[in-house]
Amino acid sequence: MKLYLKIWRQKNAESKGSMVEYTLDGIENDMSFLEMLDVLNEGLINKGEEPVEFDHDCREGICGTCSLMINGRPHGPDSRVSACQLHMRSFKDGDSIVIEPWRAKAFPIVKDLIVDRSAFDRIQQAGGYISVNTSGRPVDANAIPIEKELADASFAAATCIGCGACVAACKNASAMLFTSAKVSQFALLPQGQVEASERVLNMVRQMDLEGFGNCTNTGACEVECPKGISLENIARMNREYLSASVKG
Amino acid sequence: MGVLDSKIPSGPLADKWTNHKNKIDLVNPANKRNIDIIVVGTGLAGGSAAATLAELGYNVKTFCYQDSPRRAHSIAAQGGVNAAKNYQGDGDSVYRLFYDTVKGGDYRSREANVHRLAEVSTNIIDQCVAQGVPFAREYGGLLDNRSFGGVLVSRTFYAKGQTGQQLLLGAYAAMNRQIQRGKIKSYTRHEMLDMVLVNGKARGIIARNLVTGEIERHSGHAVVLATGGYGNLFFLSTYCMGANVMAAWKAHKRGAFFANPCFTQIHPTCIPVSGDHQSKLTLMSESLRNDGRIWVPKNIEDAQSIREGKLKPTELKEEDRDYYLERRYPAFGNLVPRDVASRAAKERCDAGYGVNKTGEAVYLDFAAAIMRYGREKALTSGMKNPDDATVRQLGEEVVEAKYGNLFQMYEKIVDQNPYKTPMMIYPAVHYTMGGLWVDYNLMTSIPGCYAAGEANFSDHGANRLGASALMQGLADGYFVLPYTIGDYLSDDIRTGPISTETEEFDAAEKHVRERIEKLLSAKGEHSVDYYHKKLGKIMWNKCGMARNEKELKEAMKEIAELRKDFWENVKVPGSADAKNQELEKAGRVADFLELGELFAMDALDRNESCGGHFRDEYQTPEGEALRDDKNYTYVAAWEYKGEPSKAKLHKENLVYENIEVKTRSYK
Repeated sequence: MKLYLKIWRQKNAESKGSMVEYTLDGIENDMSFLEMLDVLNEGLINKGEEPVEFDHDCREGICGTCSLMINGRPHGPDSRVSACQLHMRSFKDGDSIVIEPWRAKAFPIVKDLIVDRSAFDRIQQAGGYISVNTSGRPVDANAIPIEKELADASFAAATCIGCGACVAACKNASAMLFTSAKVSQFALLPQGQVEASERVLNMVRQMDLEGFGNCTNTGACEVECPKGISLENIARMNREYLSASVKG
Repeated sequence: MGVLDSKIPSGPLADKWTNHKNKIDLVNPANKRNIDIIVVGTGLAGGSAAATLAELGYNVKTFCYQDSPRRAHSIAAQGGVNAAKNYQGDGDSVYRLFYDTVKGGDYRSREANVHRLAEVSTNIIDQCVAQGVPFAREYGGLLDNRSFGGVLVSRTFYAKGQTGQQLLLGAYAAMNRQIQRGKIKSYTRHEMLDMVLVNGKARGIIARNLVTGEIERHSGHAVVLATGGYGNLFFLSTYCMGANVMAAWKAHKRGAFFANPCFTQIHPTCIPVSGDHQSKLTLMSESLRNDGRIWVPKNIEDAQSIREGKLKPTELKEEDRDYYLERRYPAFGNLVPRDVASRAAKERCDAGYGVNKTGEAVYLDFAAAIMRYGREKALTSGMKNPDDATVRQLGEEVVEAKYGNLFQMYEKIVDQNPYKTPMMIYPAVHYTMGGLWVDYNLMTSIPGCYAAGEANFSDHGANRLGASALMQGLADGYFVLPYTIGDYLSDDIRTGPISTETEEFDAAEKHVRERIEKLLSAKGEHSVDYYHKKLGKIMWNKCGMARNEKELKEAMKEIAELRKDFWENVKVPGSADAKNQELEKAGRVADFLELGELFAMDALDRNESCGGHFRDEYQTPEGEALRDDKNYTYVAAWEYKGEPSKAKLHKENLVYENIEVKTRSYK
């Protein structure tokens, strides 16, 4: 198929960027979206031009590295997939495709389609853990039975891949879905109870410091999340935050 | 050969690790504050090692090329992590895990290391649960287990098909806690380009900031390499796109021996190649073989019709299907180890029974499991006489709960519904058992340079069993290296900070800058990918699932020629002082072009078949691997001598005192 691409090009964080148009032919249905970009780049290199830089690594939807705004939607038109799992059969001959980086103040652009998501790391560093040392002698893993339903809910929250689609989808560039997924994972488990109050307060404080916007419950994050992380997590985090604040 | 002292402690096998830990030198807490450790790679091994070393009090610097430590490729591991907990009461034990692993590795791994791995395996599960890793549980609230290939017990702990992700996020969380305490400084989007030795000891690295292009010097009292495997040598593999051998290869060129480079795992259940544009292959977890049955048509005419699209697999009668693993290996059936399953698939496809357009695919069929689970579910739900459609629907729900994410992934890639039609699968490069040679303490042949996880060679012999990679990465990082490294560092308590303003650092930085300059100045004909794909073809065709002397010799020659062409004609756009993904790729492929030749040479040296290394010349009349224990019960550790083909072979003889070395049989 033949495609008309409009891609955001930007040399580095300091310079100004712009949309650049490319026409690409010979794209097949079975190609992944990123393989389509590989074909574009191979052509650019052969012409002596600089290829379009984009973040990607595992190309199987789990590392969370890829981060493309495709026709205005994070990770493109298909649901429950990241851009690396999107295939060209979702498009047709003659389509125009607009490709942009995540747009959020807290995610500054590094180059072209690559953004800096280290704000997510800093939110996790503020409290996204259980403070237990590696001793080789904690209690036996089966000493604390955990209700299957709770364990499954905790797992569901923990499947977040940290890609940032939730922030990109949100008109406020809020990171509530991301932060609440981690808070929920631990809040649902007995092991996470001890530090629960401190955790939620610290993580929310860091989230605000990073310049993410507030949540206005539009639910766009849940719709665009490639892993289907539920809005219930945000509600849970709000409850956790409230009770921690009252206690505090 | 003094340099190849494996330092295996004396005494009975089961006591070696305990005795060793009791005897090694410790560094007191106050002195640990004066010691810096560099950890390269932040996957399961590097992440867990960094966190634990920092907890112990050392100052740790971590480096990863990804934008966050959480994205290391351990995250993609699907099926599970083994541990000898015996929660199922099915006769598992530390000894049995040890035995299965040595046998699974086809008697080419080190007994003492494997036993230690089995011993600490149980700690891993306790540790991860304490960290809040949400493993799968049964309705009673206890941890669930499943089976993996090559074993007869259920010892695999899992979190749906995302076990690697959950374990890595656990290690990443442990790292984050230490980053917050200031004990770890994390350098992301940084790549190690060389290792710096001072007086023969590893004392630092040269790294490139991948965002600014800046070349940086970092010093430490020890350097830990946890940089994963080198399967991307084959271009197409289940590895992530950025996986590379650079750190390990640079250490090799500075004196670390590279062990058993030809021991590669080709995983039997991956989604087949669809065309020339393909950039990577996707694994379908081995856990699927618990419930999926592998088959091809019994009659070659049916295979032909299926390839031409005239016949659907679901239309083929039961008696016209050849469940070849169940036929050849009745004891283990579909759960034979990976090397055996891969070769069997290749054998059927080579004989003309392949089922996709290219003839390189076999079926993995869930129809029987769906009906079996459906009937069970109907009974437990109180349905007396459910019709087939109801049973199928109930069964599909059970299968979805178990493997939902994998089925979804398959459907997205192949555009077929695996609940309704069997999956198509074919073997693909997945893991490398070979790696940097290490002694019992995980130290390479460079003093102060350690290797952990997939980057070292020690535990899996010639074939790794499923769910053992996660176990080894975390065992090395949480429970082994943080203790053994103290023995070495106890001599360094008076050394003080290592300066980066020395001639050794000057020389290493100069070397790195010249290489980058050379890559950018070869303004030639072809892109980096062009060379990488060519190399991959040579590797897959001549050093893949079956190898022989003639083709290995050809491969060595072709790789050397390709390397020469690369340095003259590669085209790397952009500059060195900015983000430049093509330059990053070029450096990685340049290393693969050297390693590939050593890989072929190692395969050529090993005149036997064992595990994942299959030589056409050495097989039984039934086509099974034929080992030569008399001449090849050794680790081949290669010393760099200026060029890959001039590498010098050192042998570490493997001694089996606790296991009887036999022909591996899964029949």
